[in-house]
Amino acid sequence: MATITDPPKGAFRLSMLINDTRYRSLTFQFIALFLLIALFAYLGSNLVANLRAAGLNISYEFLGEPAGYDINQTLIEYDSQSSHWRAAVAGVLNTLLVAFLACLTATILGTIAGVLRLSNNWLVRKLMAIYVEAFRNVPVLIWIIIIFTIMTAVLPAPRAFRGDEPEASMLFGAFAFTNRGVYTPLPIFGPGSSVVIAVFIASIVGVFAYRRYATKLLYDTGRLLPMGWPSLAILFVPTLLIYFILGRPIGLEYPELRGFNFSGGIQIRGSLIALWFALAIYTGAFIAENVRAGIQAISKGQTEAAASLGLRPGRIMNLVILPQALRVIIPPLISNYLNITKNSSLAIAVGYMDITGTLGGITLNQTGRAIETILLLMLFYLVISLGISALMNVYNNAVKLKER
Amino acid sequence: MKKSVFLGTLTVAGIAAGVAGAATLDDVKARGTLNCGVTTGLVGFAAPNANGEWEGFDVAVCRAVAAAVLGDASAVEFVPTTGKTRFTALASGEIDMLARNTTWTFSRDVDLKFEFTGINYYDGQGFMIPRELGVSSALELAGATVCIQTGTTTELNLADFFRSNNMEYEPVPIETNAEAQQQYLAGACDVYTTDASGLAATRATFEDPGAHVILPEIISKEPLGPLVRHGDNDWGDIVRWTLNALIAAEEYGITSANIGELTAGTDNPEINRILGTEGNLGEMLGLDAEWAVRAISANGNYGEIFAKNIGESTPIGLARGLNAQWTDGGLLYSPPFR
Amino acid sequence: MSDTHQNSIVYVRETMLPEAPPPATETGIVKWMRENLFSNVTNGILTLVSIWAIYQLVMAMGPWLMNGIWDAPSLSACREILQGEVGGCFAVLTERWNQLLFGFQYPDDQYWRPTLAFVLLFAAAAPIMFPKHVPTVGLYFTAVYPFLAYWLIWGGTILAPLVAMAGFIVGYLVYSRFVAQSFAAGFFGAIVAAFATWWIGGMIVDLVAPETTVLSAVESRNMGGFMLNMILGTVCVSLSLPFGIALALGRQSSMPIIKWICVVFIEFIRGVPLITLLFVANVVLAYFLPPGTTFDLILRVIIMITMFASAYIAEVIRGGLAALPRGQYEAADSLGLDYAQSMRLIILPQALKISIPGIVNVAVGLFKDTTLVSVISMFDLVGMIRGPILASTEWNGVYWELLGFAAVLFFVVCYGISQYSQWLERQLQTDHR
Repeated sequence: MATITDPPKGAFRLSMLINDTRYRSLTFQFIALFLLIALFAYLGSNLVANLRAAGLNISYEFLGEPAGYDINQTLIEYDSQSSHWRAAVAGVLNTLLVAFLACLTATILGTIAGVLRLSNNWLVRKLMAIYVEAFRNVPVLIWIIIIFTIMTAVLPAPRAFRGDEPEASMLFGAFAFTNRGVYTPLPIFGPGSSVVIAVFIASIVGVFAYRRYATKLLYDTGRLLPMGWPSLAILFVPTLLIYFILGRPIGLEYPELRGFNFSGGIQIRGSLIALWFALAIYTGAFIAENVRAGIQAISKGQTEAAASLGLRPGRIMNLVILPQALRVIIPPLISNYLNITKNSSLAIAVGYMDITGTLGGITLNQTGRAIETILLLMLFYLVISLGISALMNVYNNAVKLKER
Repeated sequence: MKKSVFLGTLTVAGIAAGVAGAATLDDVKARGTLNCGVTTGLVGFAAPNANGEWEGFDVAVCRAVAAAVLGDASAVEFVPTTGKTRFTALASGEIDMLARNTTWTFSRDVDLKFEFTGINYYDGQGFMIPRELGVSSALELAGATVCIQTGTTTELNLADFFRSNNMEYEPVPIETNAEAQQQYLAGACDVYTTDASGLAATRATFEDPGAHVILPEIISKEPLGPLVRHGDNDWGDIVRWTLNALIAAEEYGITSANIGELTAGTDNPEINRILGTEGNLGEMLGLDAEWAVRAISANGNYGEIFAKNIGESTPIGLARGLNAQWTDGGLLYSPPFR
Repeated sequence: MSDTHQNSIVYVRETMLPEAPPPATETGIVKWMRENLFSNVTNGILTLVSIWAIYQLVMAMGPWLMNGIWDAPSLSACREILQGEVGGCFAVLTERWNQLLFGFQYPDDQYWRPTLAFVLLFAAAAPIMFPKHVPTVGLYFTAVYPFLAYWLIWGGTILAPLVAMAGFIVGYLVYSRFVAQSFAAGFFGAIVAAFATWWIGGMIVDLVAPETTVLSAVESRNMGGFMLNMILGTVCVSLSLPFGIALALGRQSSMPIIKWICVVFIEFIRGVPLITLLFVANVVLAYFLPPGTTFDLILRVIIMITMFASAYIAEVIRGGLAALPRGQYEAADSLGLDYAQSMRLIILPQALKISIPGIVNVAVGLFKDTTLVSVISMFDLVGMIRGPILASTEWNGVYWELLGFAAVLFFVVCYGISQYSQWLERQLQTDHR
């Protein structure tokens, strides 16, 4: 055997670099590497020459200078005297905020729509098909603009809430839906509120403990404890009790029309809502298709087997179909999450100050440092994307079908 | 060899590979067209009309330069730029000059290495607000929601104004003028702020312009002017003196109507020098003697351009104000042609 | 027959009863509704909610669509005609139809050129899309089409596309001459030959190009409207296919350096939003080119979108390659085929077939993403709407009609493509079930 595959012993000739399979791959790789280095050297030398000709330089010093502009919605302390760097961080947090909200909403929406697309109700099935096709086949930029326009044009301006006979009024006297955004009450934490919060967190833990206990009981003895009502009770009753016993330590600050705007309460800006909804509804359509494909990938026999065991349709879905379908659904779900994060860069179309709006927008305009800002911008998205896919891969491996 | 292969391929692929070296004038002449950066659409200053032809105040400057250099006012390629792209477009040589209501600031001139060749419009940032809100001064705007068009110096001025007056406000940055209008008209913001000229231009397109007032406060100085790349002084001189010729033409009463008879010769030596019948100013610029004649006859003098595009008889209806000749109490003051 | 029977049974029917119609609840529309709309309480509620939603939508949209004005010079004229009634002002579509489709700078009298190119696109695509129904001869037209379309849309001297085509033909001839010896020799020889042809041809064209041409040249800067979306979409998708295949093969390669170059490229491109790449094309790329070269913006954008699409297509094809059973690779090896042959003859045809739905998905996504160029001041369909049309005095405030039109246009194209892909999937199912 060995004698056959043994290479012919002979002096190394130059032609072997191309003709001999052992060396050929090295030759190719060397050429590729050389070309790559040459390309980068070429681009780099052009850059240097261009910058020298224009008298510019690459420097990140501008990040430390005051930004000079204001950002209407930030999660961190920021004013116009903060640095460009801080503006960028505020933008990053805004990107993450809208991406998180949109991912969550899109998942819920997509799962519901995906399940309903397989409903035995003809009308619902068709409606969901229309939703999915309409949103999948129209660019997300158009949807963002349309939803933003709907927000602006359909909802009343804060002005409409003014006067003795206002054209619009607040929902429950607490929520104001305006075309500048939604205003909701803000909880004010008085003394003793930490106790209430602690009890609430304990209740959440309690719910999980109860469910685990119920499952264990089911597996051990076959007794089925009720799930829904006890869970709700555990979640709310102790908290409410403690809340009233302590004399309602958590108050609400209601939004109030004062001057030009509502003040007090929490304002969720219209641009955030528009972007959030647009991304969620758009991506929800894609997720719906994934969910449908995932469910359909589970063979009919599984449903029938579960039904013959006497499980109710809801339980069949929850206990048999979805856990199996998840394996098919998760990988495309990850890429949809990535798409949401990347599509959130379209925030500039609605004036939401995400990282593309602050660092890649106004900072770029004001400082003119195109190369530096765009490089930072790409780096940020790259880190986020790689981070999410790494995280999700870990999860993906955990739920993978373990074949023996 | 490598470069020529590269260029050969590019030619085949249908790419205009021009060489925008130091001598912009030679490039423009060789190309036969002037690449002029303008805004993506601001009625009165630079916007395509229903037939797709660019027209406006900034556009007229481009046309005058093209007429002076190439002898053809229509030999202009208009390159729409956004606030983000305009400086790179100019720095990279994609455009030869930028006439996009760009404010002359220290850092743009010095740090970004551009050369402002003059001021064709003295502007300032103002506020527009619906009349029904009953606001008469910008100092009453505490707590207001303000729409800003991004990509200009407006954000910074706005932040400074509200900070120095110790007022709160909520900025709403908007990418395009059309969307800013939409937001403002729907009441999603109380105030719209941009350069006063832009406000007037925007208000002119409203259904009911009378329902909106432009507040008297002007919170910033916005000298707008054409700019070119640093380092090519010959080209900068051409753009600068073309603009000056337009301004001087108004001062000396040279209009597109009477320029024909004035070219025959007058007894005012300054007019003669501008029109090239005396002296050799054109030659000094690297152009022929008739350059200013062509530049002025392209769209008329400064006053004619102003009146035609943004003046009081147009829907935009701007008064001359600071942009009147120095002889009329304005700031327009062309250095002498000698 | 005994008597007892006669006594015990009071009545015996002698004849068959005529068949009764099924109960009203078990037939026709009622049954269908019972089964499909009201099979249980939840379903009933869902149905009622759906009907309510549809009713609301129709009531909101109906009058707007029915009362639509199709002929008016401006929005204010529309409002005058409507006299305060609800109604759409679709006149903007008729008034600005050409601008929406071709942008505002394409010469008016030349509109037939892109239109013809668009119509011919179907003729060119047919032999590829419906190989069983269109004679193979059509493929020649498909091969000529890119050059023809380029000449039609951009105009100028016909020599330029001819030289470009000549380069490909020379390259192909060289390839078929040398491929028998070694694939690599054929492949690289073809590339060298093609470039040589372009170089020489480019110089000749420069020398002999006539001043006046049959079709007047149109600068790419003047492209706009939906035409720009179509150009970007088709060009980038077709260009990204070969690059995508190369990248996918590179990523599967056993040569570590090549593999890592491909991995880094793909992951980098897939990790950043397209819009940042467009910013690069628009504001940064100029700094990396030799001083003095100015690329067309449209070309820079095409390069960026092609890079973007190639990375995604590469991942789709990699999926196809991975889905092939190991045995296929081994079988190819055992036949003594070298790498190029086994890929070309065994692996890729099968892998590509599996990847078609994914590729079409990427293509649809890419076509939709071409609207992003409006952000970098290019006047595509969305750019036209957001820029010149909405900014104009006449049509300031006509959002719904314009955005709705854009949505419908994109929907028609994208839905058409995805329906085609589903049809193709069924056609390609060669495994028997």
